[in-house]
Amino acid sequence: MNKALLIKDGRTIDPSQKTDEVGSLLVAEGKISWRGKGEEAPPETDYEVLDAKGLVVCPGLIDLHSHLRDPGYEEKETIASGSRAAARGGFTTICCMPNTDPPLDNQTAVEYIKSTAAAEAVVRVLPIGCISKGRKGKELVEMGELAAAGVIAFSDDGEPALNSYIMRQALDYSRAFELPVTDHCEDTILTEGGQMNEGVLSAKLGLRGIPNAAEDIIVARDLALAELTGGWLHIAHTTTEGAVELIRRAKEKGINVTAEVTPHHLTLTEERVIGYNTNAKVNPPLRTERDIEALIQGLNDNTIDIIATDHAPHTEGDKLCEFALAPFGISGLETALGALMGLVHNKKLSLTTLIAKLTYEPAKILGGKHGQLGTLAVSAPADITIFDPLLEWLVDTKDFASKGKNTPLAGEKLKGKVIVTVYGGKIVYRNDNVILKKQSD
Amino acid sequence: MTTEQIKTVAPKPAPVWQHRHILDIDDFSREEIELVFNTTQAMKEVLSRPIKRVPALRGKTLITLFYEASTRTRLSFELAAKNLGADAASLSATASSVTKGESLIDTVSTLEALGADIVVMRHPHSGAPDIVTRYVEASIINAGDGWHAHPTQALLDLYTIQEHKSTLKGLKAVIIGDILHSRVARSNIWGMTTMGMDVTLCGPPTLLPDEMGEQNHHLPPTNIEHNIERALDGADAVMTLRLQLERQQSGLLPSIREYVQLYQLTEARLKLAKPDALVLHPGPVNEEIEIAPAIVHGPQSVINEQVANGVAVRMALLYILAGSQKP
Repeated sequence: MNKALLIKDGRTIDPSQKTDEVGSLLVAEGKISWRGKGEEAPPETDYEVLDAKGLVVCPGLIDLHSHLRDPGYEEKETIASGSRAAARGGFTTICCMPNTDPPLDNQTAVEYIKSTAAAEAVVRVLPIGCISKGRKGKELVEMGELAAAGVIAFSDDGEPALNSYIMRQALDYSRAFELPVTDHCEDTILTEGGQMNEGVLSAKLGLRGIPNAAEDIIVARDLALAELTGGWLHIAHTTTEGAVELIRRAKEKGINVTAEVTPHHLTLTEERVIGYNTNAKVNPPLRTERDIEALIQGLNDNTIDIIATDHAPHTEGDKLCEFALAPFGISGLETALGALMGLVHNKKLSLTTLIAKLTYEPAKILGGKHGQLGTLAVSAPADITIFDPLLEWLVDTKDFASKGKNTPLAGEKLKGKVIVTVYGGKIVYRNDNVILKKQSD
Repeated sequence: MTTEQIKTVAPKPAPVWQHRHILDIDDFSREEIELVFNTTQAMKEVLSRPIKRVPALRGKTLITLFYEASTRTRLSFELAAKNLGADAASLSATASSVTKGESLIDTVSTLEALGADIVVMRHPHSGAPDIVTRYVEASIINAGDGWHAHPTQALLDLYTIQEHKSTLKGLKAVIIGDILHSRVARSNIWGMTTMGMDVTLCGPPTLLPDEMGEQNHHLPPTNIEHNIERALDGADAVMTLRLQLERQQSGLLPSIREYVQLYQLTEARLKLAKPDALVLHPGPVNEEIEIAPAIVHGPQSVINEQVANGVAVRMALLYILAGSQKP
């Protein structure tokens, strides 16, 4: 067994307990065994010390929307590489989307994820199952069996459930398992051939646009079906002002809906596409400042429950081509916190809200079925993220653990860097440069 | 004639010129466009000689790489290169490894390895030439990319209007047709507004997005007019665009018949423009659809002059570009 670890003198922010205080945490046997304020020291004395002075200590981040590409697209990412990317980004729990090959539409495929993760992953990997067999939108998967196998939600991600009848049945049937149905809200008839946000910039660049209406239409439909069935709808990657408003009104009416937004949709606009930058090609597309303002407002008033990365790795070759031929997606796990800290530095979000949206709130959606996550409570699993909120760093994709180097942030400076990630009491990532520097200070 | 001598007929590329590639003219200054005009004038003089050749680009290699069919642009570039003493070769998408899935960047790198100094490319996807410039040393000239840009066409259109009107400033231009899918329209909008022309875009709303007329920092100011009669009122230059017949199949138009009724440039409609208004068309023309045949062949048409000027404008651009390349 590892020696106990004292994380000392950090600014400990734990939205699950509504605390934000300087103090120390003792990690022993994979759990948080003691927590103290200020100068308090633990009763035991046999431990290693990790000096967290000047750093933020928070529950390990949770990502409810990652693409690990495994099985089927291992050249883009594997469970092993994706989990290391997660650790570098401060995530201790990631949930992988089922658009693999074969898709996660049966118990065997889900078991593959679980066994591979157990053998190779450095953080917790929880699978999301399909809504429909083969993600074809025709017949429901055996949701009961997948639920028993441990999926945390159902989604045909990438393929919206365009057939309203199937979506209705999915929302209805899934009620038996108290799991959300996650929809990628896009009217794909309206967006066929679409490449980027529709607007002035798409008009200038001569690229087919993806209008906000394509998202709003399906969000509105899904909310109506959630109301009809009482099923739990989870809206993936919300990007439009209209969708935020629809979700807000639905919550006021008591409809059973949760929603997520990605770091890139919160921080980047369509302008990133200028120069036909395929690394800024993502679906839903990067939108406008106006949408960003609405998304931030939505986070602050809890219309949007969580932040999820939609980590979508691709190879360099995949993206090295004509804009229209490049696949959609941004590799996001390793830049998420740094990018999001920009919102804190610009006073758009409080640090506590940001951490809540990455820890306590996604843990609520997971609902305790996978342990007491998203908290620094004593006896909870020791999943802990330690970051320097002020450290500036350059995004160098050569350093990425992810196989996907596809980010529009390459070469940019971010302020806020993960220093140590602890998963189940074990250090799974540490930024040695920073730690050594600290020791020599 | 030596290179020294051409310098006496063509103005030396001045520091005015800022481009190693010609991708669009959205970032061309008025001075740069005027430099192209002046150089074109000199090239027209060369073309009027019994031997239409000057060796200004001797030793340079130009390769045309076309992923789409072209009737005149490609020939125009090849003639322009040859008239300047460059070696010209061509690669068609259907006749090469392109069809075997060779990537665009690999293909252009291969052309460069084969000695291309200038690659003229046409591609069905917007932005393809922009992407290529990030990976190769050769100068890239965009001969049309998707819906995005067709800078050399716009420059020859502007030059043709300028030849007749002496100045472009203050002229009213009307572009009629499928603006949404038109790279010719997009490049002309930039060139025309940079030269001080007042631009009106006209077409059915499904082929003319409102965003094109919004006041913003991505596009220059233009007027949007869905009614052709109102659009033509007082115009100095009228450009009709080729209507792709598949626009009906994709649901953007109820029928070609109705398009003809609503948007064909007819003789009666042309009378609403100024009496000396010029009629342009980037070709190839669908006679009886976007424009009445009598106008195509009529006194106000400069469609054939556009083609003729195309060679001189492209000679001018090659000359300027070669002058700005590293030796």
